[in-house]
Amino acid sequence: MKEIMVNIERCLSCHSCELACAVAHSSGKTLFSAVSETPKPLKRIFVHSSGTKNVPVSCRHCEEAPCIDACIAGAMHRTADGTVTNEGGSGVCTGCWMCVMVCPYGVIRSRQTARVAVKCDRNCLNREGVPACVQACPTGALQFIEVDEFSIQKRKNFVAVF
Amino acid sequence: MSEKSIDQATLKMLSKAKADNVSLAWDRLAAQEPQCGFGQLGVCCRNCNMGPCRVDPFGDGPSEGVCGATADTIVARNLVRAIAAGAASHSDHGRGIASTLYASAKGHAPDYPVKDEVKLKALAKEFGIAVEDRTSQEIALEVAETVLDEFGTRKGSLQFVNRVPLKRKEIWDKLGITPRGIDREVVECMHRTHIGVDNDYVSLILQGMRTALSDGWGGSIVATEISDILFGTPQPIKGSCNLGVLQADQVNIILHGHEPTLSDILVHAARAPELLAAAKEKGASGINVCGMCCTGNEILMRHGVPLAGNFLQQELAIVTGAVEAMVVDIQCIMPSLPQVAACYHTKVISTSPKAKFPGAEHIPFDEHNAMEVAEKIVLAAVENFSNRRPERVNIPSDRMDYMAGFSVEAILSALGGSLDPLLNAIKSGAIKGIVGVVGCNNPKYKHDQSHINFVNELIKNNVLVVATGCAAIACGKYGLLLPEAAKNAGDGLRAVCEALKIPPVLHMGSCVDISRIMTVAAAIANALGVDISDLPLAGAAPEWMSEKAVSIGTYVVSSGIFTILGTVPPVLGSKNVAELLTSGAEGVVGAVFAVEEDPVAAADLAVKHIEKKRLALGLEP
Ligand code: SF4
Ligand code: SF4
Ligand code: SF4
Ligand code: SF4
Repeated sequence: MKEIMVNIERCLSCHSCELACAVAHSSGKTLFSAVSETPKPLKRIFVHSSGTKNVPVSCRHCEEAPCIDACIAGAMHRTADGTVTNEGGSGVCTGCWMCVMVCPYGVIRSRQTARVAVKCDRNCLNREGVPACVQACPTGALQFIEVDEFSIQKRKNFVAVF
Repeated sequence: MSEKSIDQATLKMLSKAKADNVSLAWDRLAAQEPQCGFGQLGVCCRNCNMGPCRVDPFGDGPSEGVCGATADTIVARNLVRAIAAGAASHSDHGRGIASTLYASAKGHAPDYPVKDEVKLKALAKEFGIAVEDRTSQEIALEVAETVLDEFGTRKGSLQFVNRVPLKRKEIWDKLGITPRGIDREVVECMHRTHIGVDNDYVSLILQGMRTALSDGWGGSIVATEISDILFGTPQPIKGSCNLGVLQADQVNIILHGHEPTLSDILVHAARAPELLAAAKEKGASGINVCGMCCTGNEILMRHGVPLAGNFLQQELAIVTGAVEAMVVDIQCIMPSLPQVAACYHTKVISTSPKAKFPGAEHIPFDEHNAMEVAEKIVLAAVENFSNRRPERVNIPSDRMDYMAGFSVEAILSALGGSLDPLLNAIKSGAIKGIVGVVGCNNPKYKHDQSHINFVNELIKNNVLVVATGCAAIACGKYGLLLPEAAKNAGDGLRAVCEALKIPPVLHMGSCVDISRIMTVAAAIANALGVDISDLPLAGAAPEWMSEKAVSIGTYVVSSGIFTILGTVPPVLGSKNVAELLTSGAEGVVGAVFAVEEDPVAAADLAVKHIEKKRLALGLEP
């Protein structure tokens, strides 16, 4: 299973991932058309700073996803490819914000006008199956990679400086 | 590969570069992708150290910089800075040429005698300088001094503004955008865009317009006029172009950049018998001097020198493996050249004190002993011939003949001495209008495709095309600069071209020579007693990329000519700025920008615009 993994030390806080995510969720799908759309397309990844590090945060698509458990409407569910989303489920999102309250990372937001929860839905993959935020990251801080592949890299890096 | 260019020579050299493991602009572009969206939208500001700041175009993040600058302010400031850089470049080029005239008149530049006395005197009269009973040296000195004063003049407005119709001048005066001094406008742009100065986007853009006008009706015109005086006013001349002009058995020297000061002399130096003998001794059958980009346009207009290609072909010329020296001066020279050259035997020789290229050999050019330096450079190329590695050489066979050199004077003489035949052809509808097609190449778009499709579409619709810069070179490569190309034109334009034996696309020179196009536009408007904005004219930069192009586009629009851009400028981050440029400006300067990436749709815009202007003039659409 590939996940979006982050090399936090590489993030320059350029916000390119945020922009690309919003564009991928626009109707025109291009930057130049997206900027003049209404409603404005919403990003689902957020770059914050811890003071010393820049951290891009988006949905982790948790195996034990609290948002799925909390959703009483039956909207939040896991798709066959492992994506956690409130679109296309057995129920329709009612905008009760239960998922927002239980998500430990705060990566679910709202589209207030429509009263629906908005989150990373992986509706942004290119032909090679790479998410828009990952494609856009100029430093390689974001990777779409098998989890174990990532840990191998991390071990190797650790050993290299050991 | 085929999506990178429509030019066969280019495609062949792209494959060779791949085989030779050389990375080119297209590869480096791929490494940049996807490009930063904030930059593309023009919403990032680095004008002070509280920043960098960027505004979220989706309203999801900050809507202003630390200082409170909004997207409107930031986009407008960035645009104005780009205009300032472009205007500065053209103007500094003009200053260089004017300084050469000054040195020549002072007797300090013996290799630069005045070549066109008629033009010198005409210019002197325009400036109110006495010509009777004076030597051309005396006149040249006063002209040079007066022209150099235009850069920092305190007399209110630039001299060349007097070429434009009265109505246009009144518009500029009313808006307060009549350019004062060439340098002054650039400086004021930098001042106004400093933290905490002008933050009204309208006021900023007006200053951008004034600065662009100081380029179009100042620095660029100076560059053109004085070049004509020093190097000769271009007349129709034939030659050939594209990478196929490189010679397998000769020492190939490519002159690349923008200023004719060195290149013109170098063309002469390469004809020196001692140097030819030295080349023979090395086993070469001759010395082949070719041009590239605008330096190329300058010397092809005046000497019919073969032209190796346009902006995106500079690296490819080296990839042929057959170039002994690429001699560069200023502007549009890729810093990658020494790196590409390192894979072959080519020597990159920089010559301007303003432009050094790590990895290149620097032979400083000096107008006081120009011929000596030029000979030294040619000799360096000749000596490098023995380092050529035949197994690395592959010159594509593609070449095409061209006819270029349509200065204003040349057009007038093709018309029999007056504008009347052209005006009559426009009135009768044989020629519907005129479109100036200018500008660079941009690897984000298929090389040359927009230029060629746009131009073909226009001439089919009986629109006469005047071209400069890399757009003109593109036209040359596809045979559009030949009188025979008239067969592809609509009946009306075709008949006019055949009668006058001219091509349907007139090569008017380098990018600074867009001033020639403006001079013709102003002359037509004056002849008809209307404003430039009333004429059935349009401008287009289908593949532009440089800041100079931003300045050019702005002075063309500010002069009243509808201008179509084929590549999107970084202004879409501000709806207000984008709207001002594409619609609001109409009511202010009588013209706007349009952005259209599809060349056929762009041609349609131009044709529709021309029809509208014809109708307003009471002519048949
Ligand atoms: S906001 Fe929507 S998705 Fe989230 S818990 Fe409520 S109904 Fe479910
Ligand atoms: S994976 Fe797609 S939806 Fe999720 S944050 Fe990245 S771009 Fe946005
Ligand atoms: S694109 Fe990459 S470097 Fe830029 S903010 Fe996002 S994660 Fe960080
Ligand atoms: S000038 Fe204003 S917007 Fe620009 S970097 Fe400084 S604070 Fe930010």
